[in-house]
Amino acid sequence: MAEGLLVVRPGALTTVQDGGRPGYAHLGVPRSGALDTAAYALANRLVGNAPGAAALETTLDGVGLRALAATTVAVTGAPCPVRISGRPVAWGAPVRLPAGAELEVGRAESGVRAYVAVRGGLAAPPVLGSRSTDLLSGLGPPVLSDGALLPVGLPGPDPVPGADACGLPGPPSQLLLPLRLGPRADWFTEASLTGLWRSAFRVSASSNRIGLRAEAGSALVRARAGELPSEGMVLGAVQVPPDGLPVVFLADHPVTGGYPVVGVVPPGPALDAAAQARPGVPLRFVRAR
Amino acid sequence: MRTLVVGGAALLVELDSADEVAALHAELLRRRDSGELGPVRDVVPAARTVLLDGVRDPAALGARIARWEVPPLAAAQGPQVTVPVRYDGPDLVEVARLWGVAPREVAGVVGAIEFRVAFCGFAPGFGYLTGLPERFHLPRRETPRTAVPAGSLALAGEYAGVYPRPSPGGWQLIGSTDAVLWDPRREPAALFAPGVRVRFTQEGGGRG
Repeated sequence: MAEGLLVVRPGALTTVQDGGRPGYAHLGVPRSGALDTAAYALANRLVGNAPGAAALETTLDGVGLRALAATTVAVTGAPCPVRISGRPVAWGAPVRLPAGAELEVGRAESGVRAYVAVRGGLAAPPVLGSRSTDLLSGLGPPVLSDGALLPVGLPGPDPVPGADACGLPGPPSQLLLPLRLGPRADWFTEASLTGLWRSAFRVSASSNRIGLRAEAGSALVRARAGELPSEGMVLGAVQVPPDGLPVVFLADHPVTGGYPVVGVVPPGPALDAAAQARPGVPLRFVRAR
Repeated sequence: MRTLVVGGAALLVELDSADEVAALHAELLRRRDSGELGPVRDVVPAARTVLLDGVRDPAALGARIARWEVPPLAAAQGPQVTVPVRYDGPDLVEVARLWGVAPREVAGVVGAIEFRVAFCGFAPGFGYLTGLPERFHLPRRETPRTAVPAGSLALAGEYAGVYPRPSPGGWQLIGSTDAVLWDPRREPAALFAPGVRVRFTQEGGGRG
């Protein structure tokens, strides 16, 4: 029987993700990669994969897969029901997937993105050293579709660990993002910057892998007229378009942008939490050191 | 030159002109390749800035760079590519009118210029090419096209560019090329990387 996983239900938006392709920003290539980096890393550890192995990132309503050969899988990230051929199995732990069996990753109970790692990793052809799907520029494997076959790589030498409870923080009921001001904070009035720390935003439904959009809070006000010439952008940069509502740049962000960046959210747990914040979740910025 | 810290691991160096950006970019690459710069993941030139991302101590690096003597860029510095173009773009007549030349003379104007890839963005392999004299700067189209074919040679503002793949776009289209602007299996993947010098020749015409 052929190795691999057959997509029986692609879900709302399921992509292949790994550590991304940093280092090509000067050629216009976004970094991409798994949004919730801790959940992605845990999923790989649970099936004995090397840290950079490619896994699936689902969005809100999971994914359905049929195994063409027996393998081991683990689901982390947004908590959700996991079934193998109809029987409930553990979330956040390695589970055996027999040949021909169907893995059903259900709708997220909280949070947004689940990670499905398979032992051996997904073996989509790498582009510039990464198997990540890049939604902004279209690099990497296509978004999952019905009937697609996902090739699986050969398992590495690392053993699959025992099924311990995993220690990830749950998805946030409110999102607190530490913000380090700069490089363009001086483009905004002092009063609106002071207001930024008090403002109660909400996560907007138009958020995606490119950026987490804020809504409902008080808008930042420009202290100067004119346009900023396009400049390089970093992961976690908080760009402020003319409407004054912040956009936090996530993994598929454009490499350059022409709106001023009021500050940067440090990559790590804060951006991992941002990846799991649903539309409507209260959002505040707090001063980072 | 002004240096601005960006988060915990990046530095933005702001300059007064595109020429200064090109000169600092070349100097950064030279020092990176010789090991003088220290670890850096991305060096991203843009219109008036160079971003250094993935550095350990942005403030200290900024202080160091501010003390550099950056030599101006020599005209013949950087790799060179020649791109054959058919001057068949839908905006060719309009561009000729704005320039005050005959449509058949556009190829000569463009062919006489040595462009330089100032920076990339918008799409993988899309380079913003500088070198267009100020009197040839052009406005963007009032209504952007929803689909611009891959290989279109386009002008807007102070820049020229070639669309690596079909995309929406508001630039003025003057020609087309079969050159492959972007191929991730190729090394380098982008034909137009920052610092590359570009000549457009007229396909079949034998001269620019």
